Amino acid sequence: MSSDGLTHVELRPGAYADSVTLLQVSRTVQGIAGVTAAQVAMGTTLNLEVLTQMGFAVPPEATPNDMVLALHLDDAEGLDQALAGVDAALLAVNRPAAGPRDLAPPRTTATGLRGVTDGIVLVSVPGANAMVEAMDALDAGCDVMVFSDNVPVEQEVELKRVASGRGLLVMGPDCGTAVVDGIGLGFANVVQPGPVGIVAASGTGCQQLLALLDHADVGVTSALGVGGRDLSTAVGGVSTLAALHRLDADPGVELVVMVSKPPAETVAEKVRSRASELSTPVEFALLGPGQPDLTAAAESVLARLGRAVPQWQVVAPTTPLTAGAGRWLRGLFVGGTLCDEAMLIAATRLGPVHSNIPLDSNLALDPHRPLPGKHTMVDFGDDALTAGRAHPLIDPSLRLEHLAQVAADDETAVILLDVVLGHGAEPDPASALARMIGSARRPVVVAVVGTRADPQDLAQQVRLLADAGAEVHLSNAGATRRAIDLIGQP
Amino acid sequence: MTAHVVNVGADLLAEAVSAQAVEVTRVDWRPPMPGTEGDLATLAVDPIRRDANVRALAALLRTTAQLVDVAPASEVLGLQRGEFLHAGPPIEWAMASGPLRGALMGGAALEDLVADPEDAVALFESGTSVWLEPCHHRSTVGPMAGVVTPSMWMFVLEDPATGRRTHCSLNEGLGKVLRYGAYGPEVLTRLRWMSEVLGPLLQKAVRTTVEDTGPVDVTGILTQMLQMGDEAHNRNRAGTLMILRDLGPAMVTSGADPRDIAAGLKFVGGNDHFFLNLAMPACKLALDAARGTTGSTIVVAMSRNGTEFGIQTAGTGDEWFTGPAQVADGLYLGDYGPDDANPDIGDSAITETAGIGGFAMATAPAIVRLVGGSVPDALATTRRMHEITLGENPRWSVPALEFQGVPSGIDVTRICRTGILPQINTGMAGRLAGVGQVGAGLVTPPAEIFPKALARLAELARDRGESHLRGFALPPG
Repeated sequence: MSSDGLTHVELRPGAYADSVTLLQVSRTVQGIAGVTAAQVAMGTTLNLEVLTQMGFAVPPEATPNDMVLALHLDDAEGLDQALAGVDAALLAVNRPAAGPRDLAPPRTTATGLRGVTDGIVLVSVPGANAMVEAMDALDAGCDVMVFSDNVPVEQEVELKRVASGRGLLVMGPDCGTAVVDGIGLGFANVVQPGPVGIVAASGTGCQQLLALLDHADVGVTSALGVGGRDLSTAVGGVSTLAALHRLDADPGVELVVMVSKPPAETVAEKVRSRASELSTPVEFALLGPGQPDLTAAAESVLARLGRAVPQWQVVAPTTPLTAGAGRWLRGLFVGGTLCDEAMLIAATRLGPVHSNIPLDSNLALDPHRPLPGKHTMVDFGDDALTAGRAHPLIDPSLRLEHLAQVAADDETAVILLDVVLGHGAEPDPASALARMIGSARRPVVVAVVGTRADPQDLAQQVRLLADAGAEVHLSNAGATRRAIDLIGQP
Repeated sequence: MTAHVVNVGADLLAEAVSAQAVEVTRVDWRPPMPGTEGDLATLAVDPIRRDANVRALAALLRTTAQLVDVAPASEVLGLQRGEFLHAGPPIEWAMASGPLRGALMGGAALEDLVADPEDAVALFESGTSVWLEPCHHRSTVGPMAGVVTPSMWMFVLEDPATGRRTHCSLNEGLGKVLRYGAYGPEVLTRLRWMSEVLGPLLQKAVRTTVEDTGPVDVTGILTQMLQMGDEAHNRNRAGTLMILRDLGPAMVTSGADPRDIAAGLKFVGGNDHFFLNLAMPACKLALDAARGTTGSTIVVAMSRNGTEFGIQTAGTGDEWFTGPAQVADGLYLGDYGPDDANPDIGDSAITETAGIGGFAMATAPAIVRLVGGSVPDALATTRRMHEITLGENPRWSVPALEFQGVPSGIDVTRICRTGILPQINTGMAGRLAGVGQVGAGLVTPPAEIFPKALARLAELARDRGESHLRGFALPPG
């Protein structure tokens, strides 16, 4: 870039457009007379690097939530015209095209699929209505992801039976996460394409794997969710088997990882047996007593791929954590599988852990009542706590209320939290937690499940939590072990 | 590479996909009609439903109709003295509305069962030596009151592929006419002329045309008129002139008295609705091809008797699902107003059932004001009907919608899922017997008849012995 002329860089906090849109805008602005270089982009780390390489001096306060407008002009006189051109280009890309877009939207999945040949359907209507919409997808020859929970199990069985007969895939019900052909569906993290394919009967378990593999620079081409009940005896792993065959047929997949909460043993046996017949190796990450945790599973995957296992990042607060006076571990989770994993680890070290999703029905607790004088872990994403409200990945208020209670409880020894980033999740989960962590006066350990390209900006979320006094781990298992270590320490 | 995501449910999830620069179709999902969830679930997994609907729709779309004859109802339907056909689902005199009563009274006088139409009230009240039966039960359709008596002349339409036939009376014109419940002397005089002069003249013309050039292609005329501004329910002007064009030469050479020929040509050409009575049996012929398709959820008849609105579906045999007929919303003739209008009446909703009439409103901008709408409303109406239909008719297309086929194959499950009711264009009869037409407008069926039909379809699906469906009888809500 020439050093002559005028350089103009401005931040527009709060303005947002997706990257494709901004690339279009940039190209339009580059075509304006007198403009020698132009880049309009969100202030992500990657974009800031690009801008710096282009010779623009970007203000250090730029964050991914700021739109950065960088122009180089022949002379100062062209600036107003160029800025007007930027605004016009931003306006133009946000205006829907005339014609079909003006039409009333379709009212059913079937009519939404008219004219769509290779679509995928994402269903999140109430559970009692989900199967009807999902069946529309199957009738149109499309795979379907059923995000909805509370779908009657007999409807799930029937839906999967039909899909299986037609060579189609039903992901879910209660499937929170999938990556299909590089598109994140539901709560999915932003990942690079790569050699790993995931079959997941667990949403946040899948997200932990996506996040850890991302940190190890290993990409994932497909992560097919199958729903939390798929490996039950009632459903019999129909979608798991279908997904395994899909990934086996994908030449880009070198290794398949099967991740699940504790499965029904007979079904797990069937899946293992079928997996052994595939040409692609399958790594099992089936959580359960005595089984490897998710981080160990990610390490096995890396070993099988011949990749180095990185140090899973831990960001300690300025003031290192020390144990408080309380007795009990308090886990407050938004991810059900993360809660399961933490309970499995804690149970071996601390003994029984009480929960609303207990490992043993004798350990059940009612999350609406005051917590018992026991080690406890609550999954705020459980159906019973999401009835009538959004999932805690979207609406954090219920967990924040409970956090305030355990933070003020003298009996609390350590607080263990998870923060899950990615598509669909709230834009800044760390800020609200950070405010409470700052005043907690109990040690807080947080597992942040996210990738570098996630829209929330992983690094910033980690920094906010650590600055507030929490110790932040990328591994949920690591965070859990650290929390356990902090109990009973002087 | 998946090119397209269809999102149904939380918009947040659509946003998350859209942010990845993937094209997303957002379904505007809303809860289904109350109490239908369990039955919808049953039918969604009924293993024969999809194929049954494909077959029923194909049968409906492939059927064509030819005009092969014109003859008295006594001959072609075997209608006996004292037998009356009427529009809509079955009904007794005691429940009959004003316009149906008026038409029956006029019909009784026409058949010389009584000297004065007023005397027919006692006859019908006594119920002896008179029998009422729906047109639909006799392969017939009738506009408005739809009353058919033995001496009335009928169009005979035939499906050339199967030889199946349907029938409809000759259209009398507008205003004070029997089908709107009028029965004055001028009504009866016209009907007698139609039986004595017009019917025989048309018979000769049709039979000559069949011999010389073959049957008249009614489906083909429908194809053309839909491109000429007719929707074939409330506007039939182009279709009427085309049938006159096809039959005119044979009428002229029929050997009849030239004054009768002139009167016949003038009557047909001057009655913009003359073709309606050909469009209706053509639609019935096509829909009857879908009848009796076990497992199909397609509607094969929508019909009103002035008191009740009834539907039949392909998968439920000849069972009617009924509810109270609604009063149309539209424009009134002269001093008439809403208080003067009778609830919806007539078999003519067979046109909407087949995908034309109100379903093809987009192709008839000339009459959108007649039925109280605007051109954008008309386009939106036809598009909306595609939400509750399973296919498009490749023959019958709408120029204003880039020649998209008319919405065809109304699906009971789609109606229950979306709450979108079929849109019907209709004439309005006076509430009182003898008044005649008071206006025209738009009407929908009563919503409750669709959950009724759905429940029966679901019951039949469960009864077919699909044990895995039994668990789907969820309690409502």
